[in-house]
Amino acid sequence: MNDMSGKPQYRVVGTRPVRPDGIDKVTGKAVFSADHFVAGMIYGAILRSPHAHARIRSIDTSKAAALPGVKAVVTGADFPALKSMEVDLGEGGGDIVDMSVNCMARDKVFYDGHAVAAVAATSASIAAEALELITVDYEVLPHVTDLAAAMADDAPVLHARMRTKGLDTPSDKPTNVSMRFVMEKGDVAAGLARAKVVARGSFSSAPVHQGYLEPQACTVAYNSDGQVQIWASSQGAFMIRTVTAQVLNLPIADIRVTPLEIGGGFGGKTVIYLEPVAVLLSKKSGRPVRLAMSRSDVFRATGPAPGTICDVAIGCDENGIITGAEVTFSGSAGAFPGSGTHPAAVCSLAPYKIPDYRIVGHDVVTNMACTAAYRSPGAPPIIFAVESIVDELAGKLGMDPIDLRLRNAIQEGDPSPSGVPFGPIGLKEMLEAAKVHPHWSEPLEANQGRGIAAGYWPNFGGQSTASVSLTDDGTVIVTTGSPDIGGSRASMAMMAAEVIGLPYDSVRATVADTSSIGYSMLTGGSRTTFATGKAVVEATEKVVDGLKARAASIWGVDAGAVEWAGGEARCTAQDKEGTLSVRELCGKGGPISAEATVNPPDPGPGIAVQIVDVEVDPDTGTVTVLRVTALQDVGRAIHPSYVEGQMQGGVVQGIGWALNEGYVFNAKGQLDNAGFLDYRIPVASDLPMISTVMIEVPWPSHPFGVKGVGEAPICPPMGAVANAVSAATGVRMHHLPMSPDRILTEVAAAQ
Amino acid sequence: MQKILVSTTVNGETCEFACEPDTSLLDALRTELRLTGSKEGCGSGDCGACTISLDGEMVCSCLVLAAEAQGRTIGTVEGIAEGSALHPLQTRFLEHAALQCGFCTPGFLVAAKSLLEKNPDPTETEIRYWLAGNLCRCTGYDKIIRAVQHAAADLRQERTGA
Repeated sequence: MNDMSGKPQYRVVGTRPVRPDGIDKVTGKAVFSADHFVAGMIYGAILRSPHAHARIRSIDTSKAAALPGVKAVVTGADFPALKSMEVDLGEGGGDIVDMSVNCMARDKVFYDGHAVAAVAATSASIAAEALELITVDYEVLPHVTDLAAAMADDAPVLHARMRTKGLDTPSDKPTNVSMRFVMEKGDVAAGLARAKVVARGSFSSAPVHQGYLEPQACTVAYNSDGQVQIWASSQGAFMIRTVTAQVLNLPIADIRVTPLEIGGGFGGKTVIYLEPVAVLLSKKSGRPVRLAMSRSDVFRATGPAPGTICDVAIGCDENGIITGAEVTFSGSAGAFPGSGTHPAAVCSLAPYKIPDYRIVGHDVVTNMACTAAYRSPGAPPIIFAVESIVDELAGKLGMDPIDLRLRNAIQEGDPSPSGVPFGPIGLKEMLEAAKVHPHWSEPLEANQGRGIAAGYWPNFGGQSTASVSLTDDGTVIVTTGSPDIGGSRASMAMMAAEVIGLPYDSVRATVADTSSIGYSMLTGGSRTTFATGKAVVEATEKVVDGLKARAASIWGVDAGAVEWAGGEARCTAQDKEGTLSVRELCGKGGPISAEATVNPPDPGPGIAVQIVDVEVDPDTGTVTVLRVTALQDVGRAIHPSYVEGQMQGGVVQGIGWALNEGYVFNAKGQLDNAGFLDYRIPVASDLPMISTVMIEVPWPSHPFGVKGVGEAPICPPMGAVANAVSAATGVRMHHLPMSPDRILTEVAAAQ
Repeated sequence: MQKILVSTTVNGETCEFACEPDTSLLDALRTELRLTGSKEGCGSGDCGACTISLDGEMVCSCLVLAAEAQGRTIGTVEGIAEGSALHPLQTRFLEHAALQCGFCTPGFLVAAKSLLEKNPDPTETEIRYWLAGNLCRCTGYDKIIRAVQHAAADLRQERTGA
């Protein structure tokens, strides 16, 4: 941990209390999405396409509907026709028509696992039996799951009306390339021409899944007056409300979504799959309906992160000063557009001052489940490619890779990718800390290597509402609309406790349903502690103002003669003395409450640096991760343990992305590894402890200096692991995952 | 389908439930007994979120048929605390921030309790291998391993103190 000297002294912020939902979660009482039971509830099930690409000629559900116990059957024909409209969900979003078709196929299926029909029955086993009685007549079409193949001129086209947006010369040819995006500054050719040394490479990565442990599930009750209750876990109850209403043409106020505990999301629960289907099943049956995914459904039909192809060239002068860079990449979006092309471009070169650069991104549809956000959506595999080339440059120059990065590292005042100058940003501080960290000088043995990489993610602000209510006895309730995905109820309570001057245990934080608090954007973009935290602080400040006004009226003094400190009002008028506690003030005239809504446009950026040591078995290509040190500019750690947890979790997901994880499709375009046995996420025995170094460079537009911390830590690991593997083997790695066979292949090719 | 009546002991209490022949023990615990602390993360024995103890042995309850529970003794996460007194593992998980979303936590607690009953002083490597069948996607395992190490020390101290 970094030296904390010189920072403001807080009572609660920076301590490590137990989260308010903690005991529920260690005793089995916490209610997750599939744990909620409603009286009269029946069970839904979804029939999914076995084909990667097919036209639906007809669906016969008559036998299923006739099975005793079946109460409702739904197909695409039950969904209203919609007009094309972009829906911005903050992190992610897309066309509402695509979202509807992704919930239930209409005339075509676009991937193995695409929903084609649903039933609801009095038991799960009857529902499963009913699915087998549904006959779908498919005309199987040629499919394409591979990114490069999908971009070829003769590729099977998923959407006949798709034309590439953003081409210099518009083309009327049907294509799978939905968009081309260019971001440039200066003259890249001149920049690279000025370089003394240029490093280049072509990289690729397989699609990966967020791998949250809790499969999607919901329970829905549709009432005959049109009002709908939805109980579900997601990253945004308001997001569920908005999209369900738009997909089904329902008034938004008729839908009430109660957020249940969420078993991981990482971006993957910023979209919906089940809720509109369950609404229709509940409407047809007149019964509450539970709909839940299996693990195989989750892998086949919910959004992975895109696979990528990326070419990088970076040049520098003899002193290691970067003169120019060129990045050209493509991402596989799955069935519908949106692979995070823009954020990938923004992040790719962001850590470095580069006078001349050009970044070109392509968004490409493929016959795979539609991609969804995954922690820094779009950016990590492109950062892997760039950080590999930065490492290569250091090697060519014979320069320490930290020194090379230090010479080019951005700092406050340098232009950010958007052109706006960076605010306070701790990249140089992190690199300096990495250089003197004992890890950097730890001796290595044969077949071992050390890698370092940096990674940037801009973070998000967005709209948040918070309400703060005092009670008769002076305890405090904080309510927000932001689902708590990793301890945010604790940090909300801590910030409120700090502002009002009460102990942490006197403040209880909850997450409300969509009819009980004002609109809040989903939990994503590392925004909750920043934006929702800001709303909590503003609402608490309003409550303190109310307490001061009441104290002033009790004392008969001007409000200016009351100061608030240590959780009580103090009279500063010359002839009067006295203090009044929250409890005393609430006891005289009733509890005080306040609400605040914020929409901050200026989140602090996320930036991280990681050092990884590996050992590569030269006979098998197996990689063992020996040591990891994760550094991050966290702005201000409200709850340091939970910040460390974000860092450690991000690192380990990145290690999985680097070494094990990747979608494998068979010749029919079906996902071949739709389970945790074959899609292998890191397990405890794969890993060492993950050391963390929190660097606090406070962000001025947050009352305590918070920068979002959730996403940046997944940006460096693939580059850091790849650079370590390259150091151990002497061979540059170009493909993720670096599975043993890939490593042996790359080593053999280099020899 | 004819249902089977099963009589069993769960967390020290005898109970009965009716199940279909192909119902998993996990489904019976969750749906018939409403013990929803045990989670279904995969349904195929790969994630460990449904870990319970069956006659003292750690098993994935999604891989056991409910009918097999007849006459046996089951322990779930709901039975780890004694009344409102938390087990040292539960306390240490909270203090060490060993959970983020908390979905895998019940399985980890049952598995770690089983480890410490067999091996009161495990090494870090022994803990990591014992818990390798329990997936956590949030924490990177670091804080879970530390929580188990500290709980093991607490339990050893309790034993020597008593």
